[in-house]
Amino acid sequence: MSIKYSKDHEWVDSSNAAAAIVGITAHAQDALGDVVFVDLPEVGKTYAAGDVAGVVESVKAASDIYMPVSGEVVEVNEQLRENPSLANTDPTGAGWFFKVKLSQADELAGLLDEAAYQDFTKA
Amino acid sequence: MSDTALLTTPLAGLHQELGARMVPFAGYQMPVQYPAGLMAEHLHTREHAGLFDVSHMGQLRIKGADAAAALETLMPVDVAGLGLGKQRYGLLLNDAGGIIDDLMFLREADDVFFLIVNGACKLGDIAHMREKIGARCTIETLPEQGLLALQGPQAAAALARLVPAVEQLVFMNGIHTDWQGTPLFITRSGYTGEDGFEISVPGDRAEALARALLAQPEVKPVGLGARNSLRLEAGLCLYGNDIDATTTPPEAGLNWAIQKVRRSGGERAGGFPGADKVLAQIADPATLTRKRVGLVALERVPVREHTPLHEAGGAAIGTITSGLLAPSLGKPIALGYLPPAFAAVGTRVDALVRGKPVPMEVAATPFLAPRYHRG
Repeated sequence: MSIKYSKDHEWVDSSNAAAAIVGITAHAQDALGDVVFVDLPEVGKTYAAGDVAGVVESVKAASDIYMPVSGEVVEVNEQLRENPSLANTDPTGAGWFFKVKLSQADELAGLLDEAAYQDFTKA
Repeated sequence: MSDTALLTTPLAGLHQELGARMVPFAGYQMPVQYPAGLMAEHLHTREHAGLFDVSHMGQLRIKGADAAAALETLMPVDVAGLGLGKQRYGLLLNDAGGIIDDLMFLREADDVFFLIVNGACKLGDIAHMREKIGARCTIETLPEQGLLALQGPQAAAALARLVPAVEQLVFMNGIHTDWQGTPLFITRSGYTGEDGFEISVPGDRAEALARALLAQPEVKPVGLGARNSLRLEAGLCLYGNDIDATTTPPEAGLNWAIQKVRRSGGERAGGFPGADKVLAQIADPATLTRKRVGLVALERVPVREHTPLHEAGGAAIGTITSGLLAPSLGKPIALGYLPPAFAAVGTRVDALVRGKPVPMEVAATPFLAPRYHRG
């Protein structure tokens, strides 16, 4: 597993070269509270790193989901659409958001590793 | 405002011990939720009983032989006709008929009224009352008092174990009583649509009382997050969102709070700020340009405050003032303002959520039938 983190609290698992998996971190779901709705990106659409690719809504607030890396969205988690609370109960597993075919794999190097992300959330 | 400038309630230590997430609210550090989370706290209140710290709200006592008449110069409601120990919803208006604050008041004695006002408005309310009626009555603030709300179908059973006298209370009535020698002032009311109580307690005994209530098997702590979702399901206005100094009672759908005696032809008609405008709006609702409505989204997308409302497939016609996915109903609900032509129940409009139209329908409020204990 090769997991990296963005400063916007998304995680990227790039262990499968064909498509990286993206979700929100445990820290992010904890800050959001009960997730009640997710708006996922369109499959087949290409995004640049930093683009708004979706929205996650808790009972109290809506937060944008930013694209941590550039590329084409090749799959979204339909189960999460049906059951948004998966983002709370299993944020790095069943609660993943979408898969993206990387167009600039070197962007991964600019993301935080586990230790750096932990430090970042403590700051 | 920095954290250091925030005030704390007498329950600050208890909130910390309970693991509350604290946020700035009305100048105070307040618990928005506890570890159970907003959804669990909301549902617990609907099924059992939730304990809320609402000590940030303003508590006042207005005294004087002339107090009822003086209060009627500030509010369009029937103050003089209120019975002893009875509570009523009131509205402070400005000269344009706009709502300065909404509040609860209770007649403690012929010449004494107890008021609970919104935390964010309390300093302005006090200044306003001192200016307008300070010469006619004594306005006493009660900053040392804490305020707890216990809400839910099992609230009465839980509180009666500590304070048996509450069993005889019915909705919108209050009593002075005590708990282990601590004087309490309890009203059977709240802002969740549930049966429940608001308990004014000396600040230095608030934590002990809160702990005794939390020791009851029905009771769990509930934060301001769930208080907001509970009040919205109950169709109740949030001051600052759904009503403010620019909305009049008829626009806000609050004519029910203006009793007949204060309306045109009534025994004490008018005599409150903005009376000409407010009474004209009541007499001829066609003069209104907007009305508060309840709305339900037909898709499972939360529609939040400030979201624009459009004619289905057409022009902008209004705005959402409160909205969320209702935890007890599992669907998005909202309050907002629309022109009267669009205010009938069942009217289809579009909410523009992040630029995408979400179909909504005007719905009757409350969204959830209230369960007040009317005896």
